[in-house]
Amino acid sequence: MSEAAKIPIHLMVNGKGVEREVEPRKLLVEFLREDLELTGTHIGCDTTYCGACTVLLNGDAVKSCTVFAVQADSAEVTTVEGLERDGQLHPIQKAFTDCHGLQCGYCTPGLMLSALQLLSRNSHPDEQQIRKAIAGNTCRCTGYQNVFRAIDAAAAAMRSGAHGD
Amino acid sequence: MYPRAFEYHRAKSLSDAVTLLVQLGDEAKLLAGGQSLIPLMKLRFASPAQLIDLNFIPGGSYIREDRGTLRFGPLTRHAAIQDSSAVAQIPILHDCAAGIADVQVRNRGTIGGSLAEADPSGDWPTVLMTLETEVRCLGATGERSLPLADFIKDAYTTTLAPGELVSEISVKAPPKGSGGAYLAFKRSAPVYPTASVAVQLTLEGEVCKQVSIALGCVGLTPIRTREAELALRGKSLSPQTIAVAAEAAQAAADPQSDMRGSADYKRRLVRALFERAVGIASRRARGEKVEASHIYV
Repeated sequence: MSEAAKIPIHLMVNGKGVEREVEPRKLLVEFLREDLELTGTHIGCDTTYCGACTVLLNGDAVKSCTVFAVQADSAEVTTVEGLERDGQLHPIQKAFTDCHGLQCGYCTPGLMLSALQLLSRNSHPDEQQIRKAIAGNTCRCTGYQNVFRAIDAAAAAMRSGAHGD
Repeated sequence: MYPRAFEYHRAKSLSDAVTLLVQLGDEAKLLAGGQSLIPLMKLRFASPAQLIDLNFIPGGSYIREDRGTLRFGPLTRHAAIQDSSAVAQIPILHDCAAGIADVQVRNRGTIGGSLAEADPSGDWPTVLMTLETEVRCLGATGERSLPLADFIKDAYTTTLAPGELVSEISVKAPPKGSGGAYLAFKRSAPVYPTASVAVQLTLEGEVCKQVSIALGCVGLTPIRTREAELALRGKSLSPQTIAVAAEAAQAAADPQSDMRGSADYKRRLVRALFERAVGIASRRARGEKVEASHIYV
């Protein structure tokens, strides 16, 4: 069998309704990058290890290389493109910039989405909680220290009222 | 990486999934959390022609307390188990749920999928082997329930018949004065552990009345080590007693050398994890609150 029947799906991506037909074997990350041209979500290891492809699925961080696009039917998906609002960087994006929480930036979208899940449930995480929250995100150029600082700074900014939805 | 093309079916209920399984036959696989199956499909180690998605089944995920027993829906995700206040009453279950892989995998992976896969390096089979765990299996001719030890036959092999699926997992709460701990060592969060040890013991005063011990990742299935249990049962848990039991646990391990370490290294790891797990389990049996979970850098 070379091709299976396409399946219609309807989902919200970064707050916008999307209707498409997808081949069942299409992975969510490929759907986001190829069909929707949202190339901010990166493919790193493609083996459920590195977390570069992390997006939120109904608010939960998931590795989008390990979810089929058909499984996101009727779900809400948030990618890195959905972080900024009205041209303003999300506090997490601003904190990664301010704290220099990246070097090459390849892992950064995934790290920021993992941070978003954490901060949406825990407004004041301690260092251990931050470490656990990003344990599924691999960075190969920094030492993670500035990533911790960035997430800590983002938490503080969001507590003091910066938009964080 | 793309898996081989397959036809996609969305089950509306567990019994609908059974009907589909029977109809589609050998070419069909069930998709629960997908955190093992999808990587296997991408590597084309598995190439099912038909995939039955269980994730849209309403009510497939639940944790219910039922007269001293915790009942888990097969689609209950590790993250939901980690966050459950009912599960927090049985710390060994929380140790496991909170440490499987990473946040992203725990958000998807399910307890039913973990048992049905019976990966020798999986966490749930090892932990649940130390408790009174029953697995309910639903098939075309009805439902049956069997102890976990009878459910797991071999590496990646269960007693699930063709057309059958896991419909519920029930775990009897340990008695008062019982404490447990699960420790798994892994090189980083997302990978499978190198070795793991689950200990559930009941103290009466200083004496260990009852104990069950299972070792993970060091055999084709979780290993219940009766010799180590015998070394602890009826004794007070002095360092000497624990050392004798640790020796027995180390001897019961049957690991293979691989990229995670040599067989000898893994046996030593089992011993170290065992001693720590017994320590934490007995502190918990005395009512102390102790944080424990997977160990990684």
